[in-house]
Amino acid sequence: MAPRERNTKVMNRFDLTTRLVAQLKNEEAVIGGIGNSNFDLWGAGKRPQNFYMLGSMGLASPIALGVALAQPKRRVFALEGDGSLLMQLGSLATIANLAPRNLAIIVWDNAMYQITGKQPTATAGKADLVEMARAAGIAQSAWATDETDFDRLVARTLAKDGPWFIGARIDGQSPARQTPREPVIIKDNFMRGLGIQPPSKG
Amino acid sequence: MWEKTIMPTPETSSPNKTDATWHEAVIRAFKDNDVRIIVYVPDNVLRPLIEAVHADDYFTAFTAAREEEAIGIVSGAAMAGGRGIVLMQTSGFATLANVLASLCVAAQIPALIMVSERGTLGDFQIGQAIVCRTMRPILETLGIEHHTMTRLDEAHFIVDRTIKQAFLTQAPAALILSPLLTAKR
Repeated sequence: MAPRERNTKVMNRFDLTTRLVAQLKNEEAVIGGIGNSNFDLWGAGKRPQNFYMLGSMGLASPIALGVALAQPKRRVFALEGDGSLLMQLGSLATIANLAPRNLAIIVWDNAMYQITGKQPTATAGKADLVEMARAAGIAQSAWATDETDFDRLVARTLAKDGPWFIGARIDGQSPARQTPREPVIIKDNFMRGLGIQPPSKG
Repeated sequence: MWEKTIMPTPETSSPNKTDATWHEAVIRAFKDNDVRIIVYVPDNVLRPLIEAVHADDYFTAFTAAREEEAIGIVSGAAMAGGRGIVLMQTSGFATLANVLASLCVAAQIPALIMVSERGTLGDFQIGQAIVCRTMRPILETLGIEHHTMTRLDEAHFIVDRTIKQAFLTQAPAALILSPLLTAKR
């Protein structure tokens, strides 16, 4: 299958994650999807408002939607891979219909299941995730054409009403670090980061 | 804020009131416990409950495309201090083993599930009957608290206490609506 023509630069997930986090000044929540999406979020620096998904592939956007509904004044980001989003495309339609103003989805698209051996995903062929998001009803959906454009799109999600969908083509570089597998600690830290005190365990 | 929402005072709970229908008992228990986000994949048995939550401004009610997605939504809400529940039928529950194991049980997230039990007590659909057999073994294997509701006079008590325990112990929980409770007789 011939590759599709694209005008988008192939960027780097860790670099873009670092650029995103650098713009977060108001305790915005970030849900890092399973695998490399949350590993690079971890590598970009610990924040109390980060949730690192150690399982449940495909659910970064639904989890972010739940946070956005419960705390409508806080801006919420979902960081998801192309393989993960392809598992849960229906969530785009749910988000479009609810239209939460404080939610942004960022998909890192390297057209592969990178962590399992770089098998190609459907985006290596004909699928276009930004077009899918737009067709699901998220009108404010765009590919980031380069790093400067990514910064601009993120700044817009922080300044104006969502929902937003940002696609970024990325390379196959592996994360330098991995998130510790401590789901309860991750969850308790995240809740406290959102101003919620988990009940005492005694 | 957490204390206020996690532990409703006895005054706000109304255990002794009588309910005319199972869905009225369920809605009263939701309100007694500040459960406001209702995410569902529909089922005909659930229809009166779904219609009632849509008609009541207290609730934010909407469909998800899949049950797994809905569990993600209420899990995110729970971590952010919001209380929700997912409504589904038995066949939908059968799609949930991965999210329950790797998100809710692993991270101790109080995702609430209400399942209308299909495939038992006279169901004519063989697919429903077979998938129904997977539900309790999955719940038991994962150590998830679950109760089967069969009687109207117990309905509020079971829902109310299950919600309270789920949030106090930070654990998922499932409520199973038996045809003994929901079928027209």
